[in-house]
Amino acid sequence: MKQFLAPRKSPAARSASFVIVGLVLALGSYAGPRAYASSHAALPSGANPCFHKSANIPIPPPAVPNAKADKRYKGQSIVFYGNSVGAGQVQDSALACQFTRQTGIKVKVVPAPQSTTDRYSAMQRFFVNHSSSIDVTMVDVIYPGAFAPYLVDLKKPLASIAKLDYSTIVKNDTIGGHLVAIPYFADFGMLYYRTDLLHKYGYKNPPTTWTQLTAMAKKIQAGEQKHSKNFHGFVFQGNSYEGLTCDALEWINSYGGGTILSHNGQVTIDNPRATAALKLAQSWVGTIAPRGVTSYEEEDARNAFQSGDAAFMRNWPYAYSLGEAKGSKIAGKFAVAPLPHGPHGKSSAATGGWQLAVNKYSKHVQASIAFTAYMASKPAEIWHAEAASLVPAMPSVGSVPGVKKLEPFLTTVGNHTDHVVRPSAALGTRYNQGSTIFFQGVSRILNGSSVNSVIPGVAQQLKTLAAQAH
Amino acid sequence: MAQQTATVDKLAVAAPKKRKSTQLQSKQARLAWLMLAPSIAVILLVAVYPLGRTFYDSLTDAAFSNPVTHFIGLKNYQILLQDSQFWSAFWETIKFAIITVIFEFVLGMIIALVVNSNFPARGAMRAAMLVPWALITVVNAQMWKLMYNDTYGVFNDILERLGIIKSGIAWTSLPSTSLGAISAIDIWKTTPFVALLLLAGLQLISPDVYEAAQVDGASKWQQFWSITLPLLRPAILVTLIFRSMDALRVFDVFITMFGSRPDTMTLAVYDQENIVSFGNVGYGATISVGIFIILAIVIAIYLSVFRLEKS
Repeated sequence: MKQFLAPRKSPAARSASFVIVGLVLALGSYAGPRAYASSHAALPSGANPCFHKSANIPIPPPAVPNAKADKRYKGQSIVFYGNSVGAGQVQDSALACQFTRQTGIKVKVVPAPQSTTDRYSAMQRFFVNHSSSIDVTMVDVIYPGAFAPYLVDLKKPLASIAKLDYSTIVKNDTIGGHLVAIPYFADFGMLYYRTDLLHKYGYKNPPTTWTQLTAMAKKIQAGEQKHSKNFHGFVFQGNSYEGLTCDALEWINSYGGGTILSHNGQVTIDNPRATAALKLAQSWVGTIAPRGVTSYEEEDARNAFQSGDAAFMRNWPYAYSLGEAKGSKIAGKFAVAPLPHGPHGKSSAATGGWQLAVNKYSKHVQASIAFTAYMASKPAEIWHAEAASLVPAMPSVGSVPGVKKLEPFLTTVGNHTDHVVRPSAALGTRYNQGSTIFFQGVSRILNGSSVNSVIPGVAQQLKTLAAQAH
Repeated sequence: MAQQTATVDKLAVAAPKKRKSTQLQSKQARLAWLMLAPSIAVILLVAVYPLGRTFYDSLTDAAFSNPVTHFIGLKNYQILLQDSQFWSAFWETIKFAIITVIFEFVLGMIIALVVNSNFPARGAMRAAMLVPWALITVVNAQMWKLMYNDTYGVFNDILERLGIIKSGIAWTSLPSTSLGAISAIDIWKTTPFVALLLLAGLQLISPDVYEAAQVDGASKWQQFWSITLPLLRPAILVTLIFRSMDALRVFDVFITMFGSRPDTMTLAVYDQENIVSFGNVGYGATISVGIFIILAIVIAIYLSVFRLEKS
C-alpha cells in the first residue's frame, strides 16, 4: 500500500503541475499565428506554407489581389479580432498567413467570444477606452450604428468591393455617409418545405403568400396528425429574443408594413399593414404551429423540422446542409424557397451576418485597411463559401460553380427576396433596447394579447428611445 | 465587540487610580481598533463601496454609450415608479417567492422530521436527499425544459397515456402555467436545502424533552406543536430569511427557461437586462436599489413577526 502511494504527488504538487500544463497550452496557442508568419521562409519554394489540406481547409487560400501595393506597409504588425475558436479561427489564420506571405504585413489572429452580446460588450470596452490593441474586427450586422464613432471610413479605399456586396447591407453599414464596415458574411431567412408532403397533398409549388402557406399547412397538418400526433404545419422562431425581431420583421415588411423604424429614425410600426401581418402570425400559434412555438429558437425549429415533424420551417441557411447530411430523416425530401409575402409587399428576408471594420485608434490604419480589403474581397468570399459553406455577402458569388453546388439556395432564394436589415442604424447604441421592446411586444401578441392593444405602446416606447438615440 | 467593551468597563471599575485606568482604557481601545481595522477595511471594500457606488450611480444617467455622466437627482426613481415592466416583474417575483417558500418550507419540514427519526440506512437517505440541490441550476432548468416540452416532453406523454389530457400542453409557453412550471423546478431543487437547515435545528433539541412529554402523556401531535416548533424557531427564522432572499433575487432558472419574455421576467432578470444588454448603468442601479429596499422590508417583516411571537 505504501509503495503504491509513494509515487503519488501531493495535492499542491498536482495543482502546480496543472498550472504549468495550462501555461504551456496557453503559450502554445498564443504562439500559433505568429509561428505561421515566421516559419515559411524555411520551407522549399513552390509549396504554400499556409496550406495544409484538412477538413477545415480543403483548398488553398486565394492570392492577395493588391499584394504589390500593400508591400508599402511591410513589417507592420496588426491584430485581427476574428472568428471564435474552432474551424473559424483556423480558417482566419490560413488567410492571415497568406496575406503575411505576400505583403509582409504581420497579422495576429485573436479569437473573439462566440456570443454576439459578449463580443459586443468586449468591443464596447475596447472602444470606450480608445484602445489600439485591436486593429481589424468582425462586427455583427446590428452594431455598425453603435460603433460608428470609433470606426474608420472605408468608403473610398473599399469602394470597388462595396459595389459587389448586397446593397442593403452596404446601406446598413453606412452611417452618416461613412462606410464604417464592409460586408463579410451574410445570412438571410428562408422558407424550408417538405417536397414529399407537398406532393402527397396535391401541391406542385411552395406557397408564395402567407395565406397560401396557412392553408397548405392546415391541410397537411390535419392529414399527418392522424398517424403522427406531434406533426405541425409550420415552425419558426417565436421565443422572446433577437431571433423573433428577425422573424417579425420579415412578416411585417413582406406585408408592406415597413421596417419598425425607417432608416432616418421615424417609428413606423403602428400601421394597418404591420397590424395585419402580426394578426396572421398570432393566429398560427396553437393552430398550424405548436403552442410551444412561443419558446422556440433556431435549434428548436430545426429539430422539429429535421425529425420530420413539420411541413414548413422558417430558418437561416445553416439548416440546409444539416438537413441534407447523412442520417438526417429529411435528406432529399425538402427544398427551400423565398419566404411568402402579404397582399401589399414582397418576399422579405431578414439580414444577419458579419462585417469587417477598422479601429479608428489603430496605429496601422493603412495596413489594417489592406488586410480588410483582402478578407472582404471576392476571391476570399468564394474561398469562404467553398471551404466553410459560409453565406457570401456578394450576390454574384452564388453563381460560381463550386459555390452553386454547395449552396444552391444562394441563387434560387437569395437573389429572389428583399434583404431587409433591422433598424440598427437608426437606433445606434440603443439598438438592443429597441429590439427588446419590439420582440417583447410581439411575444405578448403571440402569447395571446391583442395586437391593437400592444402595438401603440411599443410605438410610444420606441419613439422615446429614438429621441434619446441621437 | 460588546464583550470587549464590557471587559474594558470592568477594568475601569476595578482600577484603584483613575488616571492609570483611563490610560489602560485608551490603550485597550486603541488595540481593539487596531485588531478590527483589517475587517473594517475589508467590509468597506467589498460591501460599503459597491453599495454606496450603486446608490450614487442610481442618481446619474451613466450608460456604456454615454461618454459623459450627468448627475440627475431622483429622476431615475421617478421613472422607476411609473415603469410598468418593473412592477410586472415585482409582482411576478413576489408570487414566485410566496409559492416556493411555502411549498419548500412545508415539504422541507416533513422531510426533516422523517430523516430525523430512526430508521435503517438513514445516512444514505440524508445524502440522497441532497442530490437535486447539488446539481447546477442552469443544467436543471434545461433538463426540466425538455421534460415540459409540448411535443416530446415526458410530462405530457405520461398524462396522455393516463388519459388525463388529449393533446400536449405547452407548460412553459402558456401564461397560465408558466409560473407554476418554474416554481416546481425551484421547489424540487431547494426543498432539500430547507430540509437540511431544519434538520440541523431538530438535532439541537434534546431528546430528554420529548421523553418528559411522553411521560406526561402528550401525543405526537401535541409534542410537535408545543415542543418541536417553538424550539425550532431560530432555525425556522434563518431558513425563511435565507429562502425568501434567494427567491426574491431569483435569476438563473428564469433566464434559462424564459430568456427576456416580458410576462415572466423577475426583478433580477430585468435588472440584468438593463445593465448588461442595454448598458443603462444608471437606471440598472436604480432597479438594484429597488430590489435592496424590497429585501430590507421583507427581512424587517420577518424579524418583527418573530419578535412579536417571542414576547
